[in-house]
Amino acid sequence: MLKCQYTEKLCSKLEEYEQYRKFKAYCLKVLALSNDNLEKTIAVAVALCLVCAVLVSLAAVALKPLQISNKELDMKKNILDVAGLLQADSDIEKVFANQIEAKLVNLETGEYAEGNANEYDQRKAAKDPTQSVAIPKDKDIAHIRVKAKLAKVYLVKEGNTTKSIILPVSGYGLWSTLYGFLALDADGQTVQSINFYDQAETPGLGGEVVNPKWRALWKGKKVYAESDQASLEKGLIEEADKGEPALALIKGTVDTSKAGSQYQVDGLAGASLTSTGVTNLVRYWMSKEGFATYLSKVRTVAEKKS
Amino acid sequence: MSSEIFNDETKKVLVEPLVTNNPITLQVLGICSALAVTSQMSTSLIMALALTLVTAFSSAAISAIRNHIPSSIRIIVQMTIIASLVIVVDQCLKAFAYDVSKQLSVFVGLIITNCIVMGRAEAYAMKNPPLESFMDGIGNGAGYSLILIIVAFFRETLGSGKLLGIEVFKLTKDGGWYDPNGLMLLPPSAFFIIGLIIWGVRQWKPKQQETVEFKIMSIAHGEGGHH
Repeated sequence: MLKCQYTEKLCSKLEEYEQYRKFKAYCLKVLALSNDNLEKTIAVAVALCLVCAVLVSLAAVALKPLQISNKELDMKKNILDVAGLLQADSDIEKVFANQIEAKLVNLETGEYAEGNANEYDQRKAAKDPTQSVAIPKDKDIAHIRVKAKLAKVYLVKEGNTTKSIILPVSGYGLWSTLYGFLALDADGQTVQSINFYDQAETPGLGGEVVNPKWRALWKGKKVYAESDQASLEKGLIEEADKGEPALALIKGTVDTSKAGSQYQVDGLAGASLTSTGVTNLVRYWMSKEGFATYLSKVRTVAEKKS
Repeated sequence: MSSEIFNDETKKVLVEPLVTNNPITLQVLGICSALAVTSQMSTSLIMALALTLVTAFSSAAISAIRNHIPSSIRIIVQMTIIASLVIVVDQCLKAFAYDVSKQLSVFVGLIITNCIVMGRAEAYAMKNPPLESFMDGIGNGAGYSLILIIVAFFRETLGSGKLLGIEVFKLTKDGGWYDPNGLMLLPPSAFFIIGLIIWGVRQWKPKQQETVEFKIMSIAHGEGGHH
């Protein structure tokens, strides 16, 4: 290269320009080559990949904050929905901040655990071997194989008192793992509502688990058997002993005049496998494997207070 | 290329794919997603829009660089462009239409392998200028959309008594008169509906009927019977 006779700044600019010119000349040379030329093939492939990579990364990076807030908002909406606090015009963020408190529960001891509950992602934790435990095959009626050691529950507050408890549940249906929330009254026994936010069951059949009319049937049902052999005359699965989770979906419509109907919910028409799956997942998460220990502690605390 | 946006060629490529050269009914392409997303009208509409945009823009982009695509790697080049556009569309859906993107799940990503997009890139965009290719993409996307909407209309109304989630027929389980046809909610029903549409179109336009490539030989009068 010629020796530069100007100031340093100008020289570096000149050099840059020189490089740019060389690059441009190279590009033109390559473009003029025949399409079957190996050099051109490689150059086109590299250039195309660069352009596409920039395009894709730009879209991913620029839209990421929106996507994350969408996801969080959606989750909050589901929680408010199952808590019965969702109105068409309500400000989700505000209602959530005022009335919902997230807490971590150690499933084994049933005690609240330390940690930032708002940041905790139970579904991610279930996939992380250090934060999860394998479920023994004979106990795994919900077919989920692993569970996180810590569960993220939500307490619905009214002033200082807990009005209801929202528990995360999951289990296998027909095609997919259903993820949802089960809201119980503060007594840890009466169902308030259920809500599945992630499922891929057959639309119109098993997919009706999201139908508000069907979900409304759950209100007031009891989870744990209050007497021995809580009767499930036409039950999909066997009966339960006292203190065990008895709630189940049955075939057809529940006959409310019969004893034990408080443990029964209408099965989904044309979706007996999804119905069995829902029964199993509710029974699993309400058993000692799930929230039974925690709920019994909640009950003792509540009794002491009153 | 004429300076007019709507010249004879663009008009032709916009209108022809609707009926006379429909990608689904005549070319029988893009059937896979037509089966998968048509159980509801709302997902079908978004899918149709996404596919139309991807076909149009990928065709335009491929056409713009068509003279410099080495023939040995041309399919990969087309795939790269299509895949990038599909990812962008998927990201946009997740950001701006979260609920729908959840329902469509993997099917947006599968636009990459949709035969219509690849077919138009290979059959049209590689040989024609960008504007015409763009219009061709829109036209073929519209042809695909038309069939998707028809299929979704029948599947959603007959399968769940709703249209766009709004109740049309009151179902028996909610105390109404209509007993929904569960088959309509399963993918095979789209086969039947598309089959009926293809039959209808080919009756209406006999030109589309294919000539029989092989005649099935009748053995009834052959050297069969020595009784």
